[in-house]
Amino acid sequence: MSATFEPVTGRYMHLDLFGRAHRIYVEEAGQGTPLLCLHTAGSDGRQYRGLMNHPGITANHRVIAFDMPWHGKSSPPAGWHEEEYQLTSAQYTTMILDIMTALELDRPIVMGCSIGGRIALHLALEHPERFRAIIGLQAGAHVDPYYDLNFLHRPDVHGGEVSAAIVSGLVGPGAPVKEKWETLWHYMQSGPGVFKGDLYFYKIDGDIRDRVGGIDTRRCPLFLLSGEYDYSCTPEETLAVAASIRGAEVTIMKGLGHFPMSENPESFIGHLLPVLDKIRNSTPPR
Amino acid sequence: MLEHLKEKVNGDASLTRRGRFLTTTFLIEVGPAQWLVSIVEGKIASVTQGPFVMPSWSFALRASQEEWQKFWTANPRPGSNDLMALIKRRVLKAEGNLQVFMANLRYFKESLEKLRPSGATA
Repeated sequence: MSATFEPVTGRYMHLDLFGRAHRIYVEEAGQGTPLLCLHTAGSDGRQYRGLMNHPGITANHRVIAFDMPWHGKSSPPAGWHEEEYQLTSAQYTTMILDIMTALELDRPIVMGCSIGGRIALHLALEHPERFRAIIGLQAGAHVDPYYDLNFLHRPDVHGGEVSAAIVSGLVGPGAPVKEKWETLWHYMQSGPGVFKGDLYFYKIDGDIRDRVGGIDTRRCPLFLLSGEYDYSCTPEETLAVAASIRGAEVTIMKGLGHFPMSENPESFIGHLLPVLDKIRNSTPPR
Repeated sequence: MLEHLKEKVNGDASLTRRGRFLTTTFLIEVGPAQWLVSIVEGKIASVTQGPFVMPSWSFALRASQEEWQKFWTANPRPGSNDLMALIKRRVLKAEGNLQVFMANLRYFKESLEKLRPSGATA
């Protein structure tokens, strides 16, 4: 029996965010154009394990994923035990830009899923010059709450169990069993109230319906990819966003759900590679 | 429609093990028809068809016959594939003491999915 290692390395970065010291876990694999990946609410950077292990991606891209503060192997900041975690658009944007600066990433491609797809729209609107291209997965402009978010964080409901159970149906039916349950395990491991705190951004603070039409894809190309079985951000909602932004390119991914890169990496990469090729061929060398 | 729920749930040792701290009775409404499902320590003790005069239940799940039929197909379409998808589309109404439902959400989802033609061996 011999051990094998993935070509993925992880480091802990110490960085001040919003005036507070943070310890942030950053993983990466590959070389080339930086591809900064943003995980979904209540999960962590492991969602991008398939990309980091795929030679077709890593041959030309430095794939980077950080765990947001409070998530995965990143810690909440000191003093967290007296606070209620709530993610805001301003914090999320600052976090991404500051981490890019700290890692000295020159105009990366940014790709985010769900809340990461939503913030991708914010970045496309407000900071297009910082990115070579922006890819929104399961990116809608708004989601109406469809259950009482208090159930995610109360002592008589197990937070990890309920979080995973809520999102389990968002996984597409064709997902390999192993990848589906790996995806759900990440939700089960989430800290108390973290998924709920992320959804504050997703369902309340991060609503961008009124402004999304202002995105100018001539300043930064925008690609939207959404899974067919996602009822949180439906294909119709992604298509509506795409229709309101001139030049946005949209792909509806058949059979996939809300976590394409994690629930079914092989299938997702089949949709992603043409997008990355297009970005590479259309980006002038600097 | 729910006649086989008891044998299908109770025949899944993994499901009943995960439900072992659950004892409750819930109501399920399929269009005009109603059933009370009694669960004792994760196993279904009884499935009783209405109509009822004074039913007691912790929570109720109510949807039209058409929506349940779409949910109970072997390969449901997007939007009909999960209880939360039905709730999101406002076609499934969950009411009552939903703490019981949410604290055991995986149990209830997997139990009701057993009524799909493919659910026999799931």
